[in-house]
Amino acid sequence: MQQNEMKLEFDSRSCNEGFARVTVAAFMTQLNPTLEEVADVKTAVSEAVTNAIIHGYEGRVEKVTILGRIEGQELYVEVRDEGKGIADVALAMEPLYTTKEECDRAGMGFSFMQAFMDSLEVESEPGRGTCVKMRKRISREEREPVVTKRTDGTVAKDTQEASQTADGQPGKLIWNKQERS
Amino acid sequence: MNQVFTIAGTVMTIHLPAELDHHSAEQIRAEADRLIRTRNIRSLMFDFGGTSFMDSSGIGMIIGRYKMMRFMGGNVLAIRVGEQMRKILTMSGIYKVIDIYEGLPQQSELY
Repeated sequence: MQQNEMKLEFDSRSCNEGFARVTVAAFMTQLNPTLEEVADVKTAVSEAVTNAIIHGYEGRVEKVTILGRIEGQELYVEVRDEGKGIADVALAMEPLYTTKEECDRAGMGFSFMQAFMDSLEVESEPGRGTCVKMRKRISREEREPVVTKRTDGTVAKDTQEASQTADGQPGKLIWNKQERS
Repeated sequence: MNQVFTIAGTVMTIHLPAELDHHSAEQIRAEADRLIRTRNIRSLMFDFGGTSFMDSSGIGMIIGRYKMMRFMGGNVLAIRVGEQMRKILTMSGIYKVIDIYEGLPQQSELY
């Protein structure tokens, strides 16, 4: 089974949120995910990191840690802070529940993490910090790149596979227009 | 995109950034509120045309502005919404209170 691991530590500044989710997205590309799977993971990571920054550290600049691991076709992501912690995790995870409504928080962070990942686990202790553990199975199978001979004799390689129609049957090939023209 | 906010009559359009997260939402929030308070804005349009990422912080920012506009008797629309953004807007339930357009709305649908 393919295994790979990475660890990322950064300051709890809001400008690092984009950097954090893009790093995880880049790490997961080796699983050959679909664009939608990448978008889902980015959103989930963004939620967890934003929570650590806003709720965990409440604006103080300390460290947020992300552990990423690939186990076969599964991505495991852990987002950890050593901040305030959550007294009642079940309540915090309720949709629309938020302690910072005045800051325009929607109370949907954990709901989004649940919706976009396959599993979500939250460990927290008041005064010690919070650790969010998420898993997502990347379904895409190994695919051979499409190789076609062009009329001029050169060979066009395209990793974009035959598109799947809604019923799972292979649809027609979609080509990279820029490359062709 | 050079201008984040454009105002035409009573309609204000907020051209959202490529990635709408906590960081960028905070930057939009203050200026949007100032303009809504000081100008006679009746329709607020969030333009997703250049946006490819949004999380719940973006939803929170939109809900906050929606409450403000509703209080003042105006309406809120989301325009040029792509597939991925529609997924987030639908999941959040926000589609129940604001109108979502794939393209641009008719002039008659604005105040």
